[in-house]
Amino acid sequence: MSIALSQTSASGAVGTAAAGLADAGRDDASLRRFLHGLPGVDQVGAEARAAALATRSIKTTAKAWAIDTAIRMVDLTTLEGSDTAGKVRSLCGKAARPDPWDASVPAVAAVCVYPDLVATAVQVLRGTGVQVASVATAFPSGRAALATKLVDVAEAVAAGASEIDMVIDRGAFLSGQYAKVFDEIVAVKQACGSAHLKVILETGELVTLDSVRRASWLALLAGGDFIKTSTGKVSPAATPPVALVMLQAVRDFAARTGEVRGVKLAGGIRTTKEAVRYLVMVNEVAGQRWLDPATFRFGASSLLNDLLQQRHKLTTGAYDGPDYVSID
Amino acid sequence: MSAFDNTAFDYAPAPESRAIARLKPSYQIFVDGEFRDGRGEAVKTINPATEEPLAEVAEANAADVTDAVAAARRAYEGSWSRLPGSERSKYLFRIARAIQERGRELAVLESLDNGKPIKESRDVDIPNAAAHFFYYAGWADKLGYAGFGPNPRPIGVAGQIIPWNFPLLMAAWKIAPALATGNTVVLKPAETTPLTALTLAEIIAECDLPPGVVNVLAGGPEVGQALVEEPGVDKLAFTGSTAVGKQLQRSVAASGKRLSLELGGKAANIVFDDAAIDQAVEGIVTGIFFNQGHVCCAGSRLLVQESVHDEVVSALQDRLQTLRLGDPLDKNTDIGAINSAVQLARVRELADVGEAEGATRWSPACTLPDRGFWFPPTVFTGASQASRIAQEEIFGPVLTVLTFRTPQEAVDKANNTPYGLSAGVWTEKGSRILWMANRLRAGVVWANTFNRFDPVSPFGGYGESGFGREGGRHGLAAYLESEA
Repeated sequence: MSIALSQTSASGAVGTAAAGLADAGRDDASLRRFLHGLPGVDQVGAEARAAALATRSIKTTAKAWAIDTAIRMVDLTTLEGSDTAGKVRSLCGKAARPDPWDASVPAVAAVCVYPDLVATAVQVLRGTGVQVASVATAFPSGRAALATKLVDVAEAVAAGASEIDMVIDRGAFLSGQYAKVFDEIVAVKQACGSAHLKVILETGELVTLDSVRRASWLALLAGGDFIKTSTGKVSPAATPPVALVMLQAVRDFAARTGEVRGVKLAGGIRTTKEAVRYLVMVNEVAGQRWLDPATFRFGASSLLNDLLQQRHKLTTGAYDGPDYVSID
Repeated sequence: MSAFDNTAFDYAPAPESRAIARLKPSYQIFVDGEFRDGRGEAVKTINPATEEPLAEVAEANAADVTDAVAAARRAYEGSWSRLPGSERSKYLFRIARAIQERGRELAVLESLDNGKPIKESRDVDIPNAAAHFFYYAGWADKLGYAGFGPNPRPIGVAGQIIPWNFPLLMAAWKIAPALATGNTVVLKPAETTPLTALTLAEIIAECDLPPGVVNVLAGGPEVGQALVEEPGVDKLAFTGSTAVGKQLQRSVAASGKRLSLELGGKAANIVFDDAAIDQAVEGIVTGIFFNQGHVCCAGSRLLVQESVHDEVVSALQDRLQTLRLGDPLDKNTDIGAINSAVQLARVRELADVGEAEGATRWSPACTLPDRGFWFPPTVFTGASQASRIAQEEIFGPVLTVLTFRTPQEAVDKANNTPYGLSAGVWTEKGSRILWMANRLRAGVVWANTFNRFDPVSPFGGYGESGFGREGGRHGLAAYLESEA
């Protein structure tokens, strides 16, 4: 593990070093000192703030902007044991051209699949600008040896994935083995090469907002490009208070280091209304600069269809039902 | 497709429709179950956000005050004080439900007349007004079990004078406990914000309360003074400025009238270095910028532990950049208009004093509308305990930041004021909350929250913040003869 650690310092996360954070990742004790030194999160207050932001009224031109922005932020996802190459090809077609009748609808950010389907997705999406993301590291439980996880990542990257969504070892995190989690993230980041790394915290298993804040900082310190809420396999997945705390983490990390990292919300976001509320939260908590697919994503499967239907409603004034959008 | 041409997330206007307020061209006073023109002046009430006249109000004069008090006396002796509690309770439940049913109308009307953001009138003022009637409706038939003896008696006719900052909510705080305990009421809303109280009179009439049980008189200070001096009034309840409260206390001295006062404040909002900083910042914002700071219990003094001063102030400034100031009827507005030209002049004067005293003045970049009464959210750092902006109630969106090093210093500074209405404590340490709460001289101490109200919780002050409690079981005592 010490090898992986020296690699981080060698790769020299300039910002973290400049901000005096380089030492924070040295071992369990220093990580604990840093993470437990972060200000606490008052659950009641955080929930109240999230609820207050949800009362913003986003209409007409603002809604139109929000819908298109949300479409551009979608990681169109299928993560089922029953996935087929055909389903993935269909999903890729939809990702590049969400509305076959309207070319003004932007493409989504990425398609997210299991490692064995990466090659299929890469083939269909070549030249479209849509990224291929793959979950790896023994998704969704993360219960495998590090070597196995690294092979998982390496194969996805070799097949052409440009984004890797890893899961952290929640057992290690909750039992206070912060260095173990840190080292794994560092090792996975190394295995990613040039691929972007999203670190899934699985906030539904972390439970408290204090843990969410600490896990967020741990993942950011270890070099994650994005922090992501959930696998989508555990309930609750993304919730407004959790999103609030994670957005505060990237905001504070950027203020301290100058490095802008992203947030991905995944699991349970199905409606345009929810997506727009989250964009309001990004806007007012992290800031306008985060309102970009490079720094904010929605991991979702059915959200895109609702966004398309609401977009059509806004364009034509009429709401067409779920039979006018494809199921895959 | 023009709707999709935006390049940034600019919230489009989302105004609540003004028509919902069902604004009438003129409003009348309510005496003895009848609406009639007051015999005082006909005054135009204006929208503080635009300075446009909203409606004409036929104000009361001294003769109307005498009539109203006489009507309240007849109602008190004729029926209301002898009605079983369970019957009074039915009327109160009816009023509570009617307020809910007309909630949107009352919210828009309140925002038009007062200048407060619609999200506050919609989510705070109106629901809380209904909640107060519901709460005291529940007490009306249980007064014998409230701890005031087996058969506590009402006082008689209550004269009630309320301020302009929460017009309908303050009317509810005053009327609900008075009626629940069997008293009758003559209420005078503030001169700049009479419309929701007069609409409440309409609701009360529709709820078939016996004539004279509730009377509502529009008018200025002279109507208030006439009510104070009217011999038929048994009890006076006043919410407003400390200066007027003192004058009122002199007027009723030796008259035998019972008195409760809810006056000003200069509350300390105390942030320790172990606080949940993000939530503390929210609490600071809620504490002083809720309702444009027109709140007697506003957290107008921020006492922040020196070791986190820079961090807190910088986070606060970032947060204030996201506040939206403007049209009170827009659902996305956070900061509305100052209620009147007089109040705006007072806020401006004290802010200038703060600058002259050498404190550093800061406001977020925001454009103030051309017409109407507006003042940007303002933060003073580098102020001292000796400065006027740290001692005087500004009653506007102006925060004075002070520092402390030890818990004892925080307590000493917080208590170093003639007022004592409220205080806030922000720390993740439970034992410190209790230690502070035992030492802070304030009627309400909020821990890790601020400006939270509930009808169950008593509210009131020490020292120049007044005496008597409103809300909760304690609120009954102000309207009962036998205090146990």
